[in-house]
Amino acid sequence: MKKCHITFQLNGITREVLVEPNQTLLQMLREDLSLTGTKYGCGEGDCGACTVLLDDEPVNSCLILAAQADGHRVTTIEGLADGDKLHPLQTSFIENGAIQCGFCTPGMILSAKALLDEQPEPSELDIRTAISGNLCRCTGYQKIVESIKAAANNCQGES
Amino acid sequence: MPKKQFDVLNTRAPRVDAAIKATGKAQYADDLNRSGQLYGAILQSPVAHALIKNIDTSRAERLPGVKAVITAKDVGLTKYGVSPARYDETLFAHDKVRYIGDEIAAVAAVDLDTAQAALDLIKVEYEELPIVLTADEALAEDAPQLHDDYPGNISAEVHQEFGDTAAAFKECDFIHTHKLVNKRQDGGFIEPHACIAEYDHANRLTLHTSTQVSHYVQRTVAMMTGIPIGRVRIVRPCVGGGFGPKCEATPLELSACFLAIKTGCPVKIVYSREQVFLHSRARHQFYHEMTTGFKKDGTIMALAHKCTLDGGAYSSFGIATVYYAGSLLGAPYRLPNMKYDGIRVYTNKPACGAQRGHGGVAARACFEQQLDIIAEELKIDPIELRNMNMMETGDTTCNALNMSSLGMKESLEAVKKGSNWKKKKGKLPAGKGIGAACGFFVSGAGYPIYRSDTFHSTAEIKVAEDGGTIILRSGIAEIGQGANTMVAMIAAEALGIPLADVRVDSGDTDYSVDLGAYSSRQTLMSGHATKDAAENIKAQILAVVADKFGMEVKNLDIKKGFIKVKGRKKLDFAKFREYYHKEHRGWSGMPEGDELSFTEAARLAFLEKGTIVGTGKYKPPILGGKFKGAAVGTSPAYGGSAQVVEVTVDRETGKITVDAMTDAHDCGLAINKTMVEGQMQGSLSMGLGEALFEEVKFDEKGKLLTSSIGEYRLATALDMPNIDTIVIESNEPNGPFGAKEVGEGAIMPTIPAILNAVYDATGVRITELPLTPERVLLALKKGAEAGKTA
Repeated sequence: MKKCHITFQLNGITREVLVEPNQTLLQMLREDLSLTGTKYGCGEGDCGACTVLLDDEPVNSCLILAAQADGHRVTTIEGLADGDKLHPLQTSFIENGAIQCGFCTPGMILSAKALLDEQPEPSELDIRTAISGNLCRCTGYQKIVESIKAAANNCQGES
Repeated sequence: MPKKQFDVLNTRAPRVDAAIKATGKAQYADDLNRSGQLYGAILQSPVAHALIKNIDTSRAERLPGVKAVITAKDVGLTKYGVSPARYDETLFAHDKVRYIGDEIAAVAAVDLDTAQAALDLIKVEYEELPIVLTADEALAEDAPQLHDDYPGNISAEVHQEFGDTAAAFKECDFIHTHKLVNKRQDGGFIEPHACIAEYDHANRLTLHTSTQVSHYVQRTVAMMTGIPIGRVRIVRPCVGGGFGPKCEATPLELSACFLAIKTGCPVKIVYSREQVFLHSRARHQFYHEMTTGFKKDGTIMALAHKCTLDGGAYSSFGIATVYYAGSLLGAPYRLPNMKYDGIRVYTNKPACGAQRGHGGVAARACFEQQLDIIAEELKIDPIELRNMNMMETGDTTCNALNMSSLGMKESLEAVKKGSNWKKKKGKLPAGKGIGAACGFFVSGAGYPIYRSDTFHSTAEIKVAEDGGTIILRSGIAEIGQGANTMVAMIAAEALGIPLADVRVDSGDTDYSVDLGAYSSRQTLMSGHATKDAAENIKAQILAVVADKFGMEVKNLDIKKGFIKVKGRKKLDFAKFREYYHKEHRGWSGMPEGDELSFTEAARLAFLEKGTIVGTGKYKPPILGGKFKGAAVGTSPAYGGSAQVVEVTVDRETGKITVDAMTDAHDCGLAINKTMVEGQMQGSLSMGLGEALFEEVKFDEKGKLLTSSIGEYRLATALDMPNIDTIVIESNEPNGPFGAKEVGEGAIMPTIPAILNAVYDATGVRITELPLTPERVLLALKKGAEAGKTA
């Protein structure tokens, strides 16, 4: 198969990559670009562990072809911290015990980021709905929800 | 008794691995890559039961890019499994296959597509055999037989009696028989099993793998490959959840090892999600029948219990499971007479194994529902009935389990108060219900899986030569539950230094022996070994300080990173401090003040003695009775929990919504309160899923129907209510600093509390899980016909 040449913004940096036409965005990120923070959990869009932001929208990168990123912006967990300064969601997840095995964490944080960027003062139902496509088997979600609430409050405080 | 004050323990310190996990830097097995690595794939049987007439791998071997194809001919027929008493698997099937998914061959190729293509080229001739898919079919007189060595399809059988149940039943005013059946469950961890094996031609094998039990994997790999155990190194990277099914050596790991040996190249294999379901080794399906006898004052007199387990094609943990299903009813209520008849059968499905609350979850669901039935009959409040039969600290069960600490009455009282039970029980509007239940669990299995006097945990601490930090090396399994943080906190407290000065490197069989993350064992057992190692380091360093400054060790202590001196004599360390400063000319953050810092003391110790290394160890004392199977259920300590759940049942659709959960768990000293709550909340979400929707299904040919997480259905953020999470802290004399388990015990009351709440809401007892809308509607309809519904 002839490879596709794509150009896209990855975590704020322009990248040009040759990808197989049937290669998923998840495979490109993990295998070609060594960004292993995005996880493979099911490959079927059920678990949300592979969530990344495509132009600020959370998507399952296992269901999207790498070629579809052409001309778009992609944000992965590796692109969230600003130098040595963690994103408020990352800090909040760490401080509030939202992380256990951590396998869902990158996707969970990116879904939460998309929510807070869109809706700085979400209700609990907004939060639970926003992360309902991100499965977590460890936490029962409670500390994740609390962390997102706390991060929302902190972001409000900062602005 | 006033609670002891701690500097590090009993706080809400953030986990030591949280930052790497929040930033995507944490590496799991599938994130590891090696130059020149090959990709492995496994050929699995498409039929549930068949004789293998021939396996032809020649076309696969000729496919360009294929580096190795292995079958039973290459790897041999060594039997393995979990319990040496039931080694009933070979790595690859050679004469017959026993379930759809049974492994037949494995391939290593330059990429995954080639490896998969090679699988399609392996030709296997099968002669299909009749299949058995249910326990009843397996036990039928003329049933097809799965294993020649286990006639009647019986994988394990237990018959126990404690006290005299027949005599006790004669004294009872009330006897009730009740049944419950659950469904086969999946672990549902988000990280599929993955591993990468490397072989270096000097007969040394290294395997990085997502496992809960590096130690047992090391033993199995050594046994299967014939490589001396000292040359087999198992390393556990970050693990994305386990919950039981990652508790044994897998065909994935063994295939990767054999392929790496054969090719001389690193070989990586990752299970697809469907393969995770096919490997299974998760919760069994249990058929329980319990007959319980009571006095009219509410005193429990006797339990006669029968249980059949549908085990799937191999034993896995099954012997332990069938024993646990009986023994874990011995507490937390005083039960003087108990009879148990358990049987585990083979069926042509993936093998079941251990999952959170091993063996006891469905049994607990059945028994706690029965307590409510009896409470109703006796017109006693169900919480009061539980309370009046509850054991207390120091009690021993009829099957010889000692409750060295038991905060059950406190837990029950806490959930009663926390849920506002008195105002709600019997007073909720139609369609709403409230239910309670209790449970308990081992705080570490009293005996290892193989018969041995081995230490259950050892640990090694090395003090950094420049002083200040310690490196804790241990074989423990951090699988998400927070084991690394737990040992770091215990080491910091025991040594008297800040948590930030402890580095943990764990999960490597080169570091120590630790039996791993199962039976809720690590806080108590690995915690003890860590404490022992830290105390050893403390003694070594204080000995040098005492010697150097002419003090007595008994007058020295370390606290919060400084050497504390008792009595009037002062440490005259000015000269040493000057020396230390000179050693670090140009550095910042040098020790100041009028106390000798741990950093300086550790440096001094190095200068006097060389590298300071301390070791620690733990094994439980001899526990339990003398009867057959007495080992299963023994533990140095037991965690306990109580729970109240409120539900709404939609009578039109049968949909159950869990509105509120109040949970109290006695974990002894909470090493880390946030992490204890996290274990409780996670346990409840797993229990809720098992109660309401989780079920692994097969078609009539034994083919897996629920091969994706979406079809299987895990609880989402929208299914879970916020849980009122109450931590009860008894003081466990056998635990490190008084600590014991939380990881598994917390799941015990969830299913029965939901079942009891659904009864309260509807007036109908449902005895089959999960409580799907269809099942609930049918039960309501049947109840209405019998004139029973509330």
